[in-house]
Amino acid sequence: MLHEHYAVVLLFILFGIFFANLALGAAKIFRPRSNRVGDKGVSFECGELPVGSAWVRFNIRFYLIALFFIIFDVEVIFIYPWAAVFKSLYPALGSLMFIEMMVFIAILVLGLVYIWAKGDLDWVKTLSKRDGNKEVSGA
Amino acid sequence: MGDMVFYLFALMTVLSGFFVVFSKNIVHAGFSLMFTLFGVAGLFAMLGADFLAITQTMVYIGGVLVLVLFVVMMTRIPAQNLPKSSFNRKIPAGIFSVLIFAIVFKVIGGTEWNVLPVDAPEATISMIGQKLLTEFIFPFEYASIVLLLAMIGAAILIRERKIDDDEEVQS
Repeated sequence: MLHEHYAVVLLFILFGIFFANLALGAAKIFRPRSNRVGDKGVSFECGELPVGSAWVRFNIRFYLIALFFIIFDVEVIFIYPWAAVFKSLYPALGSLMFIEMMVFIAILVLGLVYIWAKGDLDWVKTLSKRDGNKEVSGA
Repeated sequence: MGDMVFYLFALMTVLSGFFVVFSKNIVHAGFSLMFTLFGVAGLFAMLGADFLAITQTMVYIGGVLVLVLFVVMMTRIPAQNLPKSSFNRKIPAGIFSVLIFAIVFKVIGGTEWNVLPVDAPEATISMIGQKLLTEFIFPFEYASIVLLLAMIGAAILIRERKIDDDEEVQS
């Protein structure tokens, strides 16, 4: 019952796992051995020494962006079957289908315009306005 | 081969699901949730529901899981100091778990499943697209309004929160 194109997907995943393990495994074999002393176990961030714990509370605005991302993710899911079927239905109902999707997108663009106009997206500006904020603004 | 892949996905789903529930570290639980969701996506693909598999991968693994990890990052509790749930909390939790299990078990057992080997269509996406754009055009457009409401609702909820934050900083 396993269709052939799923077998290709599975093969792709298996190759991905294999490739990642190959790269890391080869590094493990060839790299010089050393035990964890000094700064060896410190997480690497562009050569800078990390400050504090990684368990900080992130700003709630990240959550808002993630929520908007999910909404547009769902929008993409709705566009996908439309795009898959567009070519085969084009001679019969091409313009109708196009208008249908444009209405769908227009309604969501309305939401985007709303959050944009209300300033929910420009949180970088609002962050820079206040001095001495204790929050961590970037990962 | 097909059976083996099915058991592999099923095992992955169940094992990582157990890990989600029993892991003390909430970040580890969140990451193993990824394997649970991916296993479910694999099971969908094996059932011939390719659209569901894609949706599962894109929305749940790509979106909801990110949201879950964001929530983890925004919680105040570090992983080590999780409050130990007292025994009285475990009793109602156990009762409800058993009840839900019983209901689901009864529903699954009482349903007459269509076990005849029906040939699954090669790709369900084009059929879904056809139905969505002709017969179910109203629900399709309605879905965009629901999404719009969700977006505005989220913006309003967080905006109230933002005002609190600003006041906190100014005072």
